[in-house]
Amino acid sequence: MTMPFYVSPEQLMKDRADFARKGIARGRSVVVLVYDGGILFATENPSRALHKISEIYDRIAFAAVGKYNEFENLRVAGVRYADLRGYSYDRTDVTARGLANAYAQTLGTVFTTESKPLEVELVVAEVGATPAADQVYRLSYDGSVADEHGYVVMGGQAEQLGTRLGEHWHEGMALPQVLGLAVRTLGAVGTDGTLLPAGEEREIAPTGLEVAVLERDRPRRAFRRLQGGALAELLEQPGD
Amino acid sequence: MTQPADTSGRLPDAFLRPGSSSFVDFLAEHSPDLLPGRRLTSGAAPVVPDSLAPHATTIVALTFGTDGADGGGGRGVVMAGDRRATMGNMIASREMEKVFAADAYSVVGIAGSAGVAVELVRLFQLELEHYEKIEGSLLSLDGKANRLATMIRGNLPLALQGLAVVPLFAGYDLDRGTGRLFSYDVTGGRYEEHDHHTVGSGSVFARGALKKLWRPGLEAGEAVEVAVEALYDAADDDSATGGPDTVRQLWPVVTTVTSAGVRHVPDDELAAAAERVVAERRAAHLAAHGDRPAGPRGGSDTRGGARA
Repeated sequence: MTMPFYVSPEQLMKDRADFARKGIARGRSVVVLVYDGGILFATENPSRALHKISEIYDRIAFAAVGKYNEFENLRVAGVRYADLRGYSYDRTDVTARGLANAYAQTLGTVFTTESKPLEVELVVAEVGATPAADQVYRLSYDGSVADEHGYVVMGGQAEQLGTRLGEHWHEGMALPQVLGLAVRTLGAVGTDGTLLPAGEEREIAPTGLEVAVLERDRPRRAFRRLQGGALAELLEQPGD
Repeated sequence: MTQPADTSGRLPDAFLRPGSSSFVDFLAEHSPDLLPGRRLTSGAAPVVPDSLAPHATTIVALTFGTDGADGGGGRGVVMAGDRRATMGNMIASREMEKVFAADAYSVVGIAGSAGVAVELVRLFQLELEHYEKIEGSLLSLDGKANRLATMIRGNLPLALQGLAVVPLFAGYDLDRGTGRLFSYDVTGGRYEEHDHHTVGSGSVFARGALKKLWRPGLEAGEAVEVAVEALYDAADDDSATGGPDTVRQLWPVVTTVTSAGVRHVPDDELAAAAERVVAERRAAHLAAHGDRPAGPRGGSDTRGGARA
């Protein structure tokens, strides 16, 4: 009979975290930005069918990076959670906070009890009646939750991109401004995954972008995808 | 082996299971007690008397426009319902709404047991929205009509106890470029209707009116007036159907569906249509009988023995 090697809990958790982080860093980044009329989500994604950004409920949207099959599963679970809750209580009783909690518990349990952590990072955002009531939650592979203000970057080079985004983001920006900023941020990562210096960002064609907004002024379902002509038109408007 | 109740707050396994895009199927698996039609089924449950549960009444629907030969959006559909709900001989509600937008391109009107019907509509709306969110695309119009048929079939046990729901479904078929109408029976039978159809207690009278008033190539505005007039005729002869209420300013609920989506016809347009119908009927009466009732006045002995 062989004795299993002793692995300290610290080492075990660290290995799992490293594993998850590596998986997440391989993917393209997603940026989430709050603007005066709502919340903008953008990522580089040439596919028209496999989305990284989607609608969960009337005022709530979801964005993810990492392994597609894993976050797709979580997205469907989120839609079921929200629809069931809205059906058994009321539509106004579905909140981003409740959904973020359920996701956090799920990610946390998988991280500690299963053989492989989920290689995903999520944002759950809810647009409020005023910019002050907007909620943006960022969830990590280990189930930790951060209540973010203003902007979030997830995926490869997230930290550096976040710093660069923070220098230009301010409250009360308009949609063309934040869209320009989002595309510049996404373009700051080269095709080989290296960080490009400021001012030398890649150009990304509108067809290579997946962009959606939660619009504050829309009645009931606030989620809207920006694509095709509408997106190209917005991108051409002066940013600043 | 049964699993202990999960109190960790994590999403239950049923939520994370890949598979169906149907919210009804998910409910049936995860919490079947939330589905209408799954209750009251133990043993030989008694029939619920009419005086206990409110009933919703007449719905009319008709197509308008032409088949898109002129390069337009093809036919559209108008659906309208009166505002009355009854409990036996009592009026349960004067302002009930029985025509609902099911999604951006379809509407559903309900007749029958009001409580169950409204719950079914809520579930149907959610079913369509759930599919749209999970799949990222709209169900086809036939797909929507079939989902509704399945849900009505699930309600059969309740229907046998007197809580029947009979919907009328209409929508714009984006693939074929035309408006279409579907009627149902309590067993979930689905029938495509052409030109116009009615359901509910006053449907016989409304259908008679539609047969005379509907013609091919109606304009949208004319079709709304035809719907209002058909409901007026239903209310004239059916005590369970409410007519236009000029005192409380309550008009029928009228929606149109075209390639541009669902539109609720605004109240001022409906008020004008209802008042035009009333004025026409009054003018016809005045022409026939002058400013008095059609029958002889006074002399109760001549009324064949009936006394009020």
